[in-house]
Amino acid sequence: MGSPVESLVNREYKWGFVTDIEADTIPKGLNEDVIRLISAKKGEPQFMLDWRLKAYRGWLKMTEPHWPNVSYPPIDYQDFIYYAAPKTQKPLGSLEEVDPKLLETYAKLGIPLTEQKILAGVAVDAIFDSVSVGTSYKKQLGEMGIIFCSFSEAVHEHPELVRRYLGSVVPLSDNFFAALNSAVFSDGSFVYVPKGVRCPMDLSTYFRMNAQNTGQFERTLIVADEGAWVSYLEGCTAPRRDENQLHAAVVELVALEGATIKYSTVQNWYAGDEEGKGGIYNFVTKRGKASRGAKISWTQVETGSAITWKYPSVILQGDDSVGEFYSVAVVNGRQQADTGTKMIHMGKNTRSTIVSKGISAGRGNNSYRGLVKVLPKAANARNYTQCDSMLIGNRCGANTFPYIDVQNPTASVEHEASTSKIGEDQIFYCKQRGLNTENAISMIVNGFCKEVFKELPMEFAVEAQKLLGVSLEGSVG
Amino acid sequence: MLEIKGLRASAGDTEILRGIDLTVRAGETHAIMGPNGSGKSTLAQVLAGHPAYAVTRGTVTLDGHDLLDLEPEERAQAGVFLAFQYPVEIAGVTNAYFLRAAYNALRKSRGQEELDPIDFLDLLEERLKLVGWGPEIMQRAVNSGFSGGEKKRNEILQMAVLEPRLAILDETDSGLDIDALRIVADGVNALRAPDRATIVVTHYQRLLNFIIPDFVHVLVDGQIVKSGGKELALELEAKGYEWLTGVPEPTPA
Repeated sequence: MGSPVESLVNREYKWGFVTDIEADTIPKGLNEDVIRLISAKKGEPQFMLDWRLKAYRGWLKMTEPHWPNVSYPPIDYQDFIYYAAPKTQKPLGSLEEVDPKLLETYAKLGIPLTEQKILAGVAVDAIFDSVSVGTSYKKQLGEMGIIFCSFSEAVHEHPELVRRYLGSVVPLSDNFFAALNSAVFSDGSFVYVPKGVRCPMDLSTYFRMNAQNTGQFERTLIVADEGAWVSYLEGCTAPRRDENQLHAAVVELVALEGATIKYSTVQNWYAGDEEGKGGIYNFVTKRGKASRGAKISWTQVETGSAITWKYPSVILQGDDSVGEFYSVAVVNGRQQADTGTKMIHMGKNTRSTIVSKGISAGRGNNSYRGLVKVLPKAANARNYTQCDSMLIGNRCGANTFPYIDVQNPTASVEHEASTSKIGEDQIFYCKQRGLNTENAISMIVNGFCKEVFKELPMEFAVEAQKLLGVSLEGSVG
Repeated sequence: MLEIKGLRASAGDTEILRGIDLTVRAGETHAIMGPNGSGKSTLAQVLAGHPAYAVTRGTVTLDGHDLLDLEPEERAQAGVFLAFQYPVEIAGVTNAYFLRAAYNALRKSRGQEELDPIDFLDLLEERLKLVGWGPEIMQRAVNSGFSGGEKKRNEILQMAVLEPRLAILDETDSGLDIDALRIVADGVNALRAPDRATIVVTHYQRLLNFIIPDFVHVLVDGQIVKSGGKELALELEAKGYEWLTGVPEPTPA
């Protein structure tokens, strides 16, 4: 009899299906002409094209980073299609105009573009492949001066804001994947919350990759002006595919003086089959810059992707600014994750908190990599890091790579770490009390992740808990 | 109620239980005693279905139904409860949540409706009295940071809430001071009923001063070598196990 963990891990990806929609694609490969074509298809102003080309030329001189603790076959960047958009005749004004097949896909995923969600008070800007197909609640937000739209729309409607903030946190030259994204990104979300405005609802975007062989290059820019407050949710699932899909998103957060940005992610890209074939490569650059008294909080639940390379970070530029990173990363099957955060303390009295929970099951390999850097002027900077790993079964791995660089003597940096193992004994204990294996594991794992889940908006937390249960199905042996 | 016939069980290549026969009727309390390594705890774990042990021969039935064929959770649902010698810690899961999940899992398996948190709280408050605890303990994570005595008390609390038909107490007395021992014993005694049975696994006679057994069995080398009434426990206390095993017992460190 296989161990209960084993049987849990061996479930099929629940959301693996492909929607048959004709995609408007361009040929495989990458060169300046492709970038010009992308920019032209999107009808972008000259400054965007110039920016893309500059990024591309910089990218050509860069090399793919190989320091993460992950392994994968070489990526042929000429083998991807860099743009795909669902074919539509004209810009859409309402959901009724959306291709019903798209809506069906969303329904299967339980993605709430529907009234239920609207009743729940969530404005959804859904992204299907790379182009936004619908937005809601725009009017109400508009009355408060809040801009929440697709990135393409922002380029047309608010070019001055895009020009001012795009690349201000993650510069073109930042890293290989960010440069690639800057050159070819197709769409994403844009948020601007004006001075002193508190966004009355969680803003949320659901991503879903669909067209075959389409690299996904989302670009998100969130700007909270002085004293503004906004909570943003990002969640995604992807359909089953046989070839690895490259995903290199960039998210930039700008929190001006006294502003707060909470960014929550539940990530469930397709992780590949049991042998790890066909999963998503998720190479993401996420970073925020906090001005004086501002606060940026990242919360992530990472359960999907074949490979995750992701370090949501905060540059604590202003005095008294606050950075937070709460993370749950789950690997199962052959998944590999190298994820963590960077907290760069520049201002005085800056504070950061890092709580990382890594769960490894099956043959998964999970690495936490975190940098806490206190620069010379950051007097009284404080950091607290807690980094816990949980192992399920004995074929998985967990690693911790903490980097601490303190250049100011008044700073205080704390790091705590633990590793535990879900043993047969823990599961047996729960089973002896009448719980089945799945419920036992889900309970144990959710208990382990509690500190992170409590940072998620309620509704998202419930989803995350369920997702965790599904992700670990068949993981106990 | 419980019928064990010719039970043999191994851990890996080592045979630990070498032919156990035991009948436990409703309303009875049986004590299983024996020296260290005699297989007492293994018997308890095998009855609960611990995956580390393989049953190689024999049968175990509960109310005439084959117990060995059931998953551990199905045995629990059938009314078997094991108070663990080493209760497990579960970080981040409150006692209240854990107990309610267990309680409702049992109810569900019996086709009963699940109890909502409020009604469950009422039940809990009443049971807490049995072990002399206030409600604050329920917000602590399951056994996390509990002292040895608290863990054992928590086992008794779980038993009181889940109301098993067959309770198996595996060395519940080990590591308890006399006050804790009394609390645990009071809890167990309060749950004795004509339609329930209890198996108390213990090394020492001490616990049996508080939980008076109807029968005492001595397990040596995976076999029951002697059975008797409660006076057998006193005899063992006086003479030690040596007269039954022929081997001098090592003094506990």
